[in-house]
Amino acid sequence: MTRIARHLARGNPLDLAGFALFGLLCLTAAFGPLLVAHDPLATDAAAMLQPPSARHWFGTDQIGRDILARVVVAARLDLLIAAGAVGLSMVAGSIMGAFIGYRGGWADVVVSRLVDVMMAFPLFVLAMALVAALGNSVANVVYATAIVNLPFYIRLARAEVRLRRDLGYVEAARVGGAGDGRILMRHLVPNIAAPLVIQGSVNLGWAVLNAAGLSFLGLGVRPPAAEWGIMVAEGVRFIASGQWWIATFPGLALMLAVLAFNLLGDALRDLLDPRLRT
Amino acid sequence: MSMVLRRLLTAIPTLFGVVVVTFLLTRVLPGDPAVFFASNPSMSAADIAAVREHLGLDLPLRDQFLVYLGNLMHGDLGRSVATGQSVAAEFARRLPASAELTVAAFALAVAIALPLGVAAALRPGSPVDHAARLIATLGASLPSFVTGLLLIFAFYVFAGIAPEPAGRLAPFMVEPERVTGFLTLDALLAGERATFAAALRQLALPAAAMALFALAPLTRMTRAAMIATLGADFIRTARAAGLSRRTIIVTYALRNAMVPVATTMGMTFSYMLGANVLIERVFSWPGIGAFAIDSLINLDYAPLQAFMLVMAAVFITVNLATDLVTALIDPRAAR
Repeated sequence: MTRIARHLARGNPLDLAGFALFGLLCLTAAFGPLLVAHDPLATDAAAMLQPPSARHWFGTDQIGRDILARVVVAARLDLLIAAGAVGLSMVAGSIMGAFIGYRGGWADVVVSRLVDVMMAFPLFVLAMALVAALGNSVANVVYATAIVNLPFYIRLARAEVRLRRDLGYVEAARVGGAGDGRILMRHLVPNIAAPLVIQGSVNLGWAVLNAAGLSFLGLGVRPPAAEWGIMVAEGVRFIASGQWWIATFPGLALMLAVLAFNLLGDALRDLLDPRLRT
Repeated sequence: MSMVLRRLLTAIPTLFGVVVVTFLLTRVLPGDPAVFFASNPSMSAADIAAVREHLGLDLPLRDQFLVYLGNLMHGDLGRSVATGQSVAAEFARRLPASAELTVAAFALAVAIALPLGVAAALRPGSPVDHAARLIATLGASLPSFVTGLLLIFAFYVFAGIAPEPAGRLAPFMVEPERVTGFLTLDALLAGERATFAAALRQLALPAAAMALFALAPLTRMTRAAMIATLGADFIRTARAAGLSRRTIIVTYALRNAMVPVATTMGMTFSYMLGANVLIERVFSWPGIGAFAIDSLINLDYAPLQAFMLVMAAVFITVNLATDLVTALIDPRAAR
């Protein structure tokens, strides 16, 4: 923590912006529903398609719902989907990758081949098909996003463990009587955590985009739930008639969220792995 | 040469895995295809069974796979339930639209990213460098479907200088004689200036939206690779030997920096194939991505299956090409 504080004090403005935006996002996700002045689901036939005004800062949609309220409330769902997906695939992928990297043998061959096959598909397309196959629900968007991200963590953990499995401290642990499981989980995994965390933070922005893209296509989140991707989709047909605010504000929120994660990822990479600094 | 062969051989098991995955995926997708074909509600269970038999769905999974594989070998990608057309024919019609869009966007992104990245690397800390970093950071955060919509609003609705985002050519225009399938090229070949301009105008916004998305990784990698190369000893030696600035930058630095840049180009192109789906949707572009989405929503799986297969095949080919180009640029990578 102190290291992060010192790094920030040295003042890379972009890093600072990243942490600030990330904090703002987390606060919005946590307390957003308490802050908004309007019910995000309440329709109002008297106030349909109103442009931004003092009463509705971001305007209203085709059935009179307040867009600001919907954009704010959506933060929680969008962030939960992304964090859930990245968390799942980071944990599962790291363990699988570390295991095959340590053991080698046929498990390594089989899993590595499967990873190659998965990587041969454009990830978004694979996620799309997976959601269709698993069933159209929010939970399945999380699983699909997690599954298409597995290859990155598997490859990374495998490579990092292979670099270290014959190092002195592993040898020492083995001589000390530690079993394979203990060496893997207590000695190797903590040592490869830094690159995995960096990968995870870079991955978060992508996961937000992926989930929003899926719901933009009508996969996963269903109306009337407030979610940025689906809100953009609902605003599409009003663009041509000039009601730009319906799609634009959720789109901007999405952009800001991804930007926050990308800046955070860059900052963490600089912090945890100075060799990669560009 | 042996490297090319070895690389080709490693692609084969991956391609086979891709075929297995696409086959299995459509088998677990919800809905019984036979019931869709037998959409007439008055059909009895026996009729549906007959349809199942006709479609080969009563065979064991392994035999179904062999049939599927055999059909693929003959270029048969199945039949769309919604249109009744063969998927292969529909793809042949739509693939050029997707390819033209992707290639145009990619070319646009490379044409901007490479000079920008090099200029930024030559003068770190200058305004150009800051602009490059801003593009690299902001560009990576832009959801392509949102930028697409914003471009439509700005240039079509607000400024009124872009055509309606519906397809590759305004409905009243006649498509040029098909040679390449790329409308812009075909119009040029046929010498139809007006058609060329119209096709280019339709292409501009979707290509720009996709290019914005590809700009970030390309600029970032070009800049980083050039900075790393310019700091290397052989550049210092070349400078000390009095070589011209142009020779140093273009022949020495850029060529060495191109290896990671070429790899990034391959990756970016592959990502663009995935992003295609969303852009085609936003701009009503009649490509294979839009086709796949429509079929997915209609529970019409043969086109989706074909789409995934084609995408994966292109993906593998692009990776292969990237490796070969990398080996050409830097023979050390061919080991």
